Amino acid sequence: MSAIARFLTSRWGPIITGVAVGILAPLLVFWGNPGNMGICVVCFIRDIAGALGFHRAGVVQYIRPEIIGFVLGSLAAALAFKEFKPRTGSSPLVRFLLGMFAVFGALVFLGCPWRAYLRLAGGDWTAIFGILGLVVGIGIGIIFLRTGFSLGRSRSAPKAVGWVMPIIMVVLLVLLIIEPQFGRDAEGKLTGPIFFSTTGPGSQHAALIISLVVGLFIGFLAQRSRFCTVGAIRDTILLRDFRLFYGVLALIVVAFITNLALGQFNPGFSGQPVAHTNEWWNFGGMALAGLAFTLAGGCPGRQLFLTGEGDADSAMFISGMLVGAGISHTYSMASSTAGPGVFGPFIVIAGLVICVVIGLTMREVKV
Amino acid sequence: MTDIKTVDARGLSCPQPPMLTRQVIQKLDKGTVEVLVDSGTARENVSRLAKSMGWAVTIEEQADGSARIILKK
Repeated sequence: MSAIARFLTSRWGPIITGVAVGILAPLLVFWGNPGNMGICVVCFIRDIAGALGFHRAGVVQYIRPEIIGFVLGSLAAALAFKEFKPRTGSSPLVRFLLGMFAVFGALVFLGCPWRAYLRLAGGDWTAIFGILGLVVGIGIGIIFLRTGFSLGRSRSAPKAVGWVMPIIMVVLLVLLIIEPQFGRDAEGKLTGPIFFSTTGPGSQHAALIISLVVGLFIGFLAQRSRFCTVGAIRDTILLRDFRLFYGVLALIVVAFITNLALGQFNPGFSGQPVAHTNEWWNFGGMALAGLAFTLAGGCPGRQLFLTGEGDADSAMFISGMLVGAGISHTYSMASSTAGPGVFGPFIVIAGLVICVVIGLTMREVKV
Repeated sequence: MTDIKTVDARGLSCPQPPMLTRQVIQKLDKGTVEVLVDSGTARENVSRLAKSMGWAVTIEEQADGSARIILKK
């Protein structure tokens, strides 16, 4: 066991994780997930928000087992390797806001960094503008980090705090399986509190057990290897540390090969699945997301894995993402395949301004 | 007896522990620096950074689950 532990924390860990994601994510598409969306942490949290009725965009509502697996797989690894250390107190409110703005930006692009790389590996060239935006957003975040930005220290918390997110995930799994319907709509028909899409991306998914097992496996690997799709770029620029970057590179290359093998590689700009061709807002949306993720210390996947270690501050970030997804689809901020939503460009600009203010004002308080 | 510089990175999240460590060791040609961390991730990142900059790394586990990383050059 300890040999595996050492191997995954070595420089090979992120590469192994990247290879696993590169094989499994395109396979999830093959088994039923939406195009180039084998894994998309933001899209999947948006789908969960929809399934819980936080928004009523009928085409994107499903409790994605991959997300549940990410947290519980990470929890298993953290418990097995004695890294389950509940903690809290590092600017939870600001982390909640950053989670919201990260989602606003990512839903203008239509994907988190995981999906940006997977879209690229599927031949969706519009992802290039998103990835460029992501790099610029991370670059801005690095300027703040270099000039003293900090969300402050966390402190140890009671064990119970660390169990909150894993228990929420178990509850979501139960809701997914039993799909309770005890509300009534205007015509008196049974509806809610759980909503599942019957058409659109929300209706496309691999079998529950497959998605869950893949999520558990990746969650376990990623907790150990510290895999992070934003840290990959951040550490390369900030610390000249390529460990995580090689993981993302492995993800893209292996996903490309897997897509080729499965006949899922369709190069081009237009007609790509769950994507639009507006390069400016693909860029802008991911610039906002990249900045918010960097200020919060990691990509949405990493935030989920950290909740598995008992990190309640990351759990606040995830809560912000859930609420942000609800707002985004309720107030026409999220894009569709036709292009950006009515208020998409507005929220990207507003979000960038607010994240810059956060970057300028948050400093460690000396006591 | 030479001065030991201390970097207290306990409770700080990525990428602050290696960043703060680098700020300190970049200014030193040689000496001893202790870095206090309380997560496995910070321990690995600080150790990797220091080794890449030519510092010798030893880790002392603390009773409270944190670690004291001693960097020497």
